Amino acid sequence: MSTESTTEEATSGFNIHPMDQFEVHPLFGDGAIHWYTPTNVTLWMGLAVLAAFLLLVVGSRGRAMVPSRSQSVAEMTYGFVRKMIEDITGKEGLKYFPHIMTAFLFILFANLLGLLPYSFSTTSHIAVTGVLAATVFISVTVLGFVLNGPSFIKLFWVSSAPMALRPVLFLIELISYFVRPVSHSIRLGGNLMAGHAVVKVFAGFAGALGIGAVIPITAIVAVYGLELLVAFIQAYVFTILTVVYLNDALHPSH
Amino acid sequence: MATQDAEHAAEASVGMPQLDFSTFPNQIFWLVVSIVVLYFIVAKVALPRIGSVIEDRHNAVANDIEQAADFKRKAEEAEAAYNAALAEARAQAMKIAGEAKAEIKADVDAAIAKADAEIAAKSAESAVRIDEIRASALKSIEEVAGVAATDIVAAIMPSATDDKALKAAIAARLKG
Repeated sequence: MSTESTTEEATSGFNIHPMDQFEVHPLFGDGAIHWYTPTNVTLWMGLAVLAAFLLLVVGSRGRAMVPSRSQSVAEMTYGFVRKMIEDITGKEGLKYFPHIMTAFLFILFANLLGLLPYSFSTTSHIAVTGVLAATVFISVTVLGFVLNGPSFIKLFWVSSAPMALRPVLFLIELISYFVRPVSHSIRLGGNLMAGHAVVKVFAGFAGALGIGAVIPITAIVAVYGLELLVAFIQAYVFTILTVVYLNDALHPSH
Repeated sequence: MATQDAEHAAEASVGMPQLDFSTFPNQIFWLVVSIVVLYFIVAKVALPRIGSVIEDRHNAVANDIEQAADFKRKAEEAEAAYNAALAEARAQAMKIAGEAKAEIKADVDAAIAKADAEIAAKSAESAVRIDEIRASALKSIEEVAGVAATDIVAAIMPSATDDKALKAAIAARLKG
């Protein structure tokens, strides 16, 4: 979106700035970004919330016995997330259905909206995915201790292993537990960022190659299809990992 | 690619926008706002509504299936009742037919008996009259024979006319 703004520097052949699309800038004016400034982050997060609202609330407003198309999709999403929770955690996890559903919808719509040309993908920012992953991590850990008391530590104490190995495994399990939010957030943010940057790089080639642009444009189409898949899969992966972590808090015994 | 990256890195002072910490408070603030708003939409409106719609549908389908089973049971009952009524009607028809046959037979028998009796009476009466006719005929023959004999005797031998002897002789002949 910002290649035009730097055209004056397009002297050295290719003019590709794949990372410019991720810049945060104020919606109004050009001032400093304070914590409350309405930015493109605000806009695209708001649109994600609006899209979720349109699908789930407006889409199902008919409450029809035989659902309309949008109501069908809303019901499928509902059933998809609900079944995921039930399959992994059993009935106990359904108490957290709204929380999981919120995370899934937010990430899904942020990912999908980020695929629109000239849009801004909020979920490609480590600040966003990091806060989401940290929220999951802290909630699950607190929930684990609240529900199970100190015996939540047993999650790290592999009772099926030989006694000599258990302290070592305890350490490994503990480290892997604290690495979870890092991988959880970087997986989502990295996937989104890499995909969008690749599309942008190919778009830059297309701008520079003239008639030969057919090749990079074909590549963009292919990568775009892949990115559509990634948008769904990453939302799914983030959600299912959240549910798996939740299951650890609900049933900590190995 | 490497030269472009280097060039770009040089011109963009902060490198990756993802690592520009000055925008973090902004992003986190709006993320929290969005998530809270979305959470209330999902938890207070969307999920209860969709859940109730799905449950209603399940109930409606279950009800319909139950009702269909009910209707089927009723249809089977009606069929059984129909068959029973049919069998009863058939039995009754047979009974009525039998009764009618018996009644007709009795009537016919009575009529035959009456006719036989009449015939017997008539034939008895006829026999009596035949006897009478025969008797009167015999008498007439005797008379005619007497007259004829008297006339014959008078013609052949008028001196020997003896009525008494003639009558006796005729009677003896007729009996013989």
